[in-house]
Order: sequence, then structure tokens, then C-alpha cells
Amino acid sequence: MPILVDRNTKVICQGFTGKHGTFHSEQALAYGTKLVGGVTPGKGGTEHLGLPVFDTVGQAAKKTGATASVIYVPAGYAADAIFEAADAGIDLIVCITEGIPILDMIRVKRALQGTKVRLIGPNCPGIITPDQCKIGIMPGSIHKPGKIGVISRSGTLTYEAVAQTTAAGLGQTTCIGIGGDPIKGMNFVDVLDLLWVDDETQGILLIGEIGGQDEQEAADYIDHQYKKGRYKPAVSFIAGMTAPTGRRMGHAGAIIAGAGASAIEKVEALRKAGVLIATSPAELGSTMIAALRSQGKAVSAGTSGE
Amino acid sequence: MNIHEYQAKSILANYGVPILRGKVAYTADEAIKVASELGGALWVVKAQIHAGGRGKAGGVVLCRSSEEVHQAAKKLLGNHLVTHQTGPKGQEVRRLYIEEGCDFTQELYLSLVVDRTQQCLSFVASDAGGMDIEEVSQKTPTKILTLPIDPASGFQPYHGRKLAYGLGLKGEEAKALGQLAQNLYQSFHALDANLIELNPLVITKTGSLVALDAKVTFDDNGLFRHPEIEQLRDEAEEDASELEATRQGLSYVKLGGNIGCMVNGAGLAMATMDIIKLHGAEPANFLDVGGGASRDKVATAFKLILADSNVEAILINIFGGIMRCDIIAEGIISVAKEVRLTVPMVVRLQGTNEKEGKKILAESQLAIIPANDLSDAAAKVAEAAREAA
Repeated sequence: MPILVDRNTKVICQGFTGKHGTFHSEQALAYGTKLVGGVTPGKGGTEHLGLPVFDTVGQAAKKTGATASVIYVPAGYAADAIFEAADAGIDLIVCITEGIPILDMIRVKRALQGTKVRLIGPNCPGIITPDQCKIGIMPGSIHKPGKIGVISRSGTLTYEAVAQTTAAGLGQTTCIGIGGDPIKGMNFVDVLDLLWVDDETQGILLIGEIGGQDEQEAADYIDHQYKKGRYKPAVSFIAGMTAPTGRRMGHAGAIIAGAGASAIEKVEALRKAGVLIATSPAELGSTMIAALRSQGKAVSAGTSGE
Repeated sequence: MNIHEYQAKSILANYGVPILRGKVAYTADEAIKVASELGGALWVVKAQIHAGGRGKAGGVVLCRSSEEVHQAAKKLLGNHLVTHQTGPKGQEVRRLYIEEGCDFTQELYLSLVVDRTQQCLSFVASDAGGMDIEEVSQKTPTKILTLPIDPASGFQPYHGRKLAYGLGLKGEEAKALGQLAQNLYQSFHALDANLIELNPLVITKTGSLVALDAKVTFDDNGLFRHPEIEQLRDEAEEDASELEATRQGLSYVKLGGNIGCMVNGAGLAMATMDIIKLHGAEPANFLDVGGGASRDKVATAFKLILADSNVEAILINIFGGIMRCDIIAEGIISVAKEVRLTVPMVVRLQGTNEKEGKKILAESQLAIIPANDLSDAAAKVAEAAREAA
């Protein structure tokens, strides 16, 4: 079983008729995603890409039975779009939009707390279950159905991880880019919790980076599972070993300053929990193979170029 | 986005944050004029640069006569102030803030920050004010009080009491601190701030609270709602090449190594830096061209990389998702021809339309070294730099 999305997931798109919404909806349809309509206020009743357009998410959800929504609206309107989707009873909201003000996200995060709504993103590539459902901006062609669950804070580095597991013949169950923003929906632990109980997922690849504490929390979670005897091979790569302190590296997440831990601290926490560390971003696939072979029996990180 | 102390104070004063009287000065003569306008017998001349640690670095001078004000201003203006946040070159002082002096009995620390762990705003307070708070939190973490504010309730008076009594204040001082905290919370939202920090926040001899120093940084993602704040940007304080990058929607950080990098995506850009190092070379920069790199963006990226005289080889690493490799390849070629590339360049293209992209590069007749994957690319660029050196 993949997690969160499969071939039966009905998806709508908010910001459907815009440039990004249109391009990525075409891609999703070509991939086979069950995209059933979209929302653009003021264009309700029209058609776009052969699908119905609605004025509100509420109408779209009611008419199409969609349970997932992908958001491509501009940053200034994105919080509103997430609130609207949640209010309409959408279970899974995938927000691709980048550049959402942090105070907007703090309100969103609080409002979703305690609800059944799951939010992926913002500022993320989205979620894909290979050959079944692609929601987001990732290139579908690099994915292959298989046995590895991929979780990542980064966009293109996720593609790197996916391409390497595909090339290694492992394939993926579900890949989720959780996004690089400091305040976001699902974090590593939320996704780990789903992948851990998914029987098809035989190994987990976790791609982190400098800034924040998410990787430490993931390390604690994995440590807890291992100690309870619930083993699943896990491999991690943390980007930013060479990043200087105090400088912001691109998106909001990638900064070392006070509250965030360095790449080395993150690697140490994960290694201590029993996660196999890929020291080079070119060895994500080979380290995963090593982890699957060892199944937790002591291995030196033999593929890590040491 | 950062602003100067005097700008931060003037904004915060509108939200009821108590500050001393003061005015900005650009010359030593202006400094004397401001001092005489302010009156009194004690002034503080403060260098205005976008970096903390100014006090320790000699950027804050206590003056007891207009002659001393003049001396201090002359000494600071035009000179580079080196603090632990500026890097070894320091930052040139172009503006001064002349403020009236004040006697105080206690120094506190109070800030409001985005708390990633709690996913909300949190106050950070300490009775060890006037010091580097990161140092305080490492050496004496018990002296730090952290108070997350639930966004559902917003700021409530009890939050103010928790802070005030936590800091050991009593009576009117405690009340004043509670009110001040509420004002900070309101201003944070009104301004789309990212950080508001008062350090030190002092209790004067007459028992009132005053922010002797104030720092406000803004959420870049919220600036579109605040054109008036964008006006406060002091471009002289920002690195020229990083500023140029920002204008083009690129993210660039100069580092100091010999391999210039152009990558799409921040995570992959950092990973590229890491793998360059693993192959025995040093990245010259972090450069994220973003998701939809246009020809203009690629051109700017080349300009930035080539302007760095340390660069001995270039690595372009693109994993095409939204971005099609063939379009990137065309951009690279047209710009590379224009700028007359003098250093070896390794290009790794993977993802959407990869074959077409590689074909375009191969047929370009430019001396481009193609790479198959990340590891291959890093090995080749490190090798090329060694040969070029």
C-alpha cells in the first residue's frame, strides 16, 4: 500500500487556470493522476483542460468527490486557499506555492491542529506514488514503483534521491517533499509515522538540510522505533556540511543561526539512532542498498567513501 | 530584510515602545548639531551598520561634550567596524545615530522570534541584558525565559505577567513590561516582522523602561504587503553581487573557494557544494537559479560567478523538473558565447528533456565537459580546476 495517495485519489487544483496550475495539471493528467476539476474564483461553470472549473473549493469537492487539493495560487492568496480547502472538507492539501509570509503560515498551522486535514508544504515539490498519482511539480519520468519511501525538505535534491533509487533498481512507494519553510504542514515525523507501518515500504530515505530541528526529531522517532524492535532500514543525507554559519542558503529553511542545528549535529543524531548516513549526495542509492542488505546488523558505512 | 537601529526605533516608537530621543547624522558636523538640538550633558554616538556586536567593537561611544561627539563621529564615519557578525573585513560606517544619554539600574533582554520548534511566535527574555544572548543561552541557559504564544489566543495579559515576574520585576515596572510585550506582539504582526529584539532593555533610575538598542528584521515574504518598509532598505549595507542576484530572483552567497557553482534548488545547491569538497576542491559560491531559470537568470548567474577572481572552474548542475534541460542548455550556450568563457566548465543535466539538452551542448562546439551524474561532475570539475591552477 502506498501512503496518502494512490490511483483512486481524486484531486482538484486551486489556481487551476493560471500558468503554473495549467502546466502542472497537464503534466498530472498525462501521468495518470485522477485530476477531476479545478477552482478559479469567477470562472465557475467553464471548462479547462477538459475538466470543470468551480468558483469555490466547496462546490468542487461536492460535485467531484475530490479528497485532495493541490494549490498553485500566488503567495499572497495561499493561506486563504489552504483555509478554504480545509473548510471544504479536503483531507489532503498539497501547497506548492513558495514565498508565503511566515505569519500566515503560523495561523494556518494552528488552525489545522487537531483536525484530520493533512497539509504538505508549502514551498515543496509535492507527493507522488509512482505510476498511480502525481500531485505537484516533480518530473514523473524519474520515478518507478518500488519499495523505498522518500521524504525530503528540498526540491531538486529529492529528484536526485528518486533518480538514484530508480537507477539502483529499488523504486519508490511514495515520495513526499515536505518543503523548506520553517513553518509547514507535515514534518519528517508525520511522514515517518505513515511509512513505518506501510508494508510495501521496505526502506526509508530521508533527505534533510541545515536549519531547524526536524532531523533531530526524526532521529528520536527512529531511535524509538528501533528500541521497540520495529526495524525498518533508514538512510539519510543532510545537505549543507560546507555551508558557512549564519548565512542563509536559498530558501527560508536553509539557515544556520542560533535555533537551528548544523549539518554535523544532525548527522550525529541520526547516526546515533541507527540511521545509515550517505556522506555524499551521489551515494543515496548505494547507501540504501547497503542498508537493505544489512537490515540493522552492524555495518560500517562502507559505501560512504570513507 | 534588515534595517538600521535608528529606523527600527522610529518604527517601534509608533507602537508604544519607549525609546530615547535621537537623530541620524551623516557627517561629524551634523553629529554636533544633533547633539546640541538634543541638549543635556551626555550623548551616545552609535555606528549604524547592519550587524550586531557594535558595542564591543567600539561602535558605540559615550560622549560628555560636543567636542567628544565630534571626535567620536570623525573616528567612526568612513571607517570599517569589525564585529563578530561582519566578517574580517568589517562594514563601513556611513551613518551615525546620536542619542541622548540615560542612567539605568538594570539591563534586560527581550525579543520576539519565530519559533520553529513550537511553530508559533515566542518571547525570549532574560535578566542578563546587554550581552550576546546566544552566549548567555550557551553558558547559563537557566537565565533564559522562553514563552511561546498560542496563535489561537494571541497575546493575553497573563503572558505579560509571566514575562515580568519571570524577570523578577515588581509593581509599575512589571506592568510596564507586560504592556511593552503586548506592543511588541502587535507590531510584529502589523509589520510582518521576522524578529524584534530589544537588547538591552533598561530600567532607568526613575523606574521606567527604555529600549537602548532595537533590532527589527522583516520577513522577506511579507514585504509585498509593506512598500513603506521596502523604502528603508539600505543597499550600501548589502553585498553588491548578492543584491544583484536578489534582483534577478537568484540566491547567491559568495564563499571563497575555486569552483563556481550554478545549481537549481537550494538543497541540491548545498549538496553540490558538499560533493565538491568531498572531491578535494572548494566551492566558490552558493548559487540557486531557482525553478524557472530564464536566459536572463542564467546570464546573471554567469556574470556573478565570473566576477569572482577565485573561480578556476565552473560546475553547472541542473536537475530539470519544471525546468527543461534543453532550454537550460540553450541558455548556457548563448550566454557562454557572449561572456567568452575563460575557465573550464563542467555541465551535468538530468531530468526533463535531458537527451535534447545534452545533444544541444554536444553540438555547441564550446569547450564544455559533459558529466553523467553528480559524482562524475564533481570529479571532473575538481580535476579541471587542478589542471587550470
